[in-house]
Amino acid sequence: MSDFVMPSLGADMESAKVTEWLVKPGSVVKKGDVIAVVETHKGAIEVEIFKAGVISEICVKEGEVAPVGAVLARLTAAGEMSPRLEQPPAPAAAVPTAPVARPPEPKPAVPSPPAAVARPTAPPWEATAAEAGPGKRSKVTPAARRRAAERGVDPSTLAGTGIDGSVTLADVEAAPPTLVAAPAAVGTGTEPRKPRLGFDPTEMRKAIASAMSRSKREIPHYYLATTVDLGRSLAWLAQFNETRTPGERLLPAVLLLRAAALALREVPQLNGFWVEGAFRPGEGIHVGWAISLRGEGLIAPAIHDADQKTLPALMIALRDLVGRARSGGLRSSELTDPTVTVTSLGERGADSVIGVIYPPQVAIIGFGRIGDRPWVVDGRVEKRPLVSVSLAADHRASDGHVGGLLLSAIDRLLQEPDKL
Amino acid sequence: MSAPRSNETKPVRMTYREACRQAIREALASDPRTFVMGEDVGLYGGCYAVTKGLLEEFGPNRIRDTPLSENAFVGAGIGAAIAGLRPIVEIMTCNFSLLALDQILNNAATIPHMSGGQFAVPLVFRMATGAGRQLAAQHSHSLEGWYAHIPGIKVLVPGTIEDARYMLKAALADPNPVLIFEHIVLYNAEGDLDPSVTDVDIRAAKIRRPGRDVSLLTYGNSLPKAIAAAETLSVEGIEAEVIDLRVLRPLDNATIFESIARTRRCVIVDEGWRSGSISAEIAARLADEAFFDLDAPIRRICSREVPIPYAGHMEEAALPQTAAIIETVRGLVRPR
Repeated sequence: MSDFVMPSLGADMESAKVTEWLVKPGSVVKKGDVIAVVETHKGAIEVEIFKAGVISEICVKEGEVAPVGAVLARLTAAGEMSPRLEQPPAPAAAVPTAPVARPPEPKPAVPSPPAAVARPTAPPWEATAAEAGPGKRSKVTPAARRRAAERGVDPSTLAGTGIDGSVTLADVEAAPPTLVAAPAAVGTGTEPRKPRLGFDPTEMRKAIASAMSRSKREIPHYYLATTVDLGRSLAWLAQFNETRTPGERLLPAVLLLRAAALALREVPQLNGFWVEGAFRPGEGIHVGWAISLRGEGLIAPAIHDADQKTLPALMIALRDLVGRARSGGLRSSELTDPTVTVTSLGERGADSVIGVIYPPQVAIIGFGRIGDRPWVVDGRVEKRPLVSVSLAADHRASDGHVGGLLLSAIDRLLQEPDKL
Repeated sequence: MSAPRSNETKPVRMTYREACRQAIREALASDPRTFVMGEDVGLYGGCYAVTKGLLEEFGPNRIRDTPLSENAFVGAGIGAAIAGLRPIVEIMTCNFSLLALDQILNNAATIPHMSGGQFAVPLVFRMATGAGRQLAAQHSHSLEGWYAHIPGIKVLVPGTIEDARYMLKAALADPNPVLIFEHIVLYNAEGDLDPSVTDVDIRAAKIRRPGRDVSLLTYGNSLPKAIAAAETLSVEGIEAEVIDLRVLRPLDNATIFESIARTRRCVIVDEGWRSGSISAEIAARLADEAFFDLDAPIRRICSREVPIPYAGHMEEAALPQTAAIIETVRGLVRPR
């Protein structure tokens, strides 16, 4: 028997509404199956399960809001008996449905959470039990604990900024005041919304504000930029696209993405996370691709193993991702897995972009607008298509030399497009 | 036009040693029952020169050199106190006071109880404590925390010129045995004495520097280190409150708890060894009675648990230092 909990779909997520269950008790699931849809400020997200087995119990009803770490469903692992079917109902009633602490790993400290959910009707001992997660008890300072009780806040839903990630008094006081009404507040406002579509711009703005404030507060950024001649790449691209149908054609962005991913393979120090005072390399190069949501927000879901995909495969993945990001339907792993962010301003953007790192990642690579400009080639000034490539990186995790290696690798790779 | 300041309001600059001496002079001059007794306090002028010149001023009946036998002269002092005198017994360093521990604990601290209140022991012990002058292990330990374990006595730790100057008077006025621990590094410290102050209490701790982010609880020679740390931290935007404990027994819970209720973070700096120290006692009280005010773990900076080394650099490494205080506070107030 294991618990399926509300995943943390980003450093800025506190809770989400379960809008749809795609399984019911008795459903057989395997690793990677989408079993529920939850609604966050990033829109409707399809939540995957990472264990195989049989769903034995659904703990949160459709329409209910649950904090990160709350048990959403219980799973009997494959091969395991289903004790629930054989036991008298009494133990089942004793099983707490209160939120448990999120597992310690996925979510580093974030201040000023946009929302949190309390169970003010729960007796105090239940709140305490709720903090004992499957891993370890979440750290809440005594002062924060008392204040949380006074305000009816469940501290286990808050992100801690204190010693060892502990939830401090300030964290509790920064939580929204009327948590009794939290489910309504966390939801989508008064208007009924269509499920699986869209997102709440206000909530998303809050989340971006929180993540970016944290980034600028905590991460000592360093910035590097270089100008890359895209003449060869664009010539190669024109040739490639000439013989393809419109659906098969590649955009320049894919070349940039591919070059960035391959460069990160050479400079793994920029691919990963800064967690608990140390750099943790990413497992795989999952590029978070920054997607603007019709001017109302920003999201950077992962293109998994971008360094192992061919250019056509990357093009398909990119189209699919952008479409789903804008219409709803991103998968939970796409939100949690990015190991680095790449932002490309495209044709309508500015000449260059200096990014803000999405914590706990350690780098963001930015591509400006590609444009024809004078460039010195073999001692002569020529008109060449140039792009400004920038890197903002966490100086705690790496130094400028490493960043320079990445930018020069990107440059080199873009000079040999046929090898991309 | 304002009148020129009179002499009484002008701060007087003096050393901690001189303040100790002035305190003794005042006591001897104001009360004929008072006398000083100890090893080398007369002809030699005191191992740390605190009683220098007093033999010439007050004569051998009031400034008495004793044999090198702590158990004997401490016992004699207790007897004199019971008999109605007001002895000031100097023990060269607290390291040697252990030879007289039986007298201090079983007699001085206990006789008022054993006699059903018939006998008071109005006795003051002065002793040097602490490390920092390369006097090696047998002359460098800080045992005031140990003495603070004993009911029936008071333990004073003057950390300022003012306390060195006036705590003795308050101690002599107390009907019970009072131990004063003078830090050997502080003897040469200089400071201004406010002439408008003529008395200090021996009940309360004192906020030496107000702050909002963390409370540094300390005493003795760690006090200037804590204040220096607080000044440095202030530049970084961390305002540390420095509390001079002053009295290790009885501890002033109220001042400590009130400070923690405001700052919610606590670092205790104690030159004693960590295990079973006064810092441990304070931490336990905070955990017990101020638990819900704490917004961070209680941290302690104590001496390394070794005999204090002779070599200068090792001695320095063994003691609480300003840098360690700064580092510890940074870790608490701005966690990484």
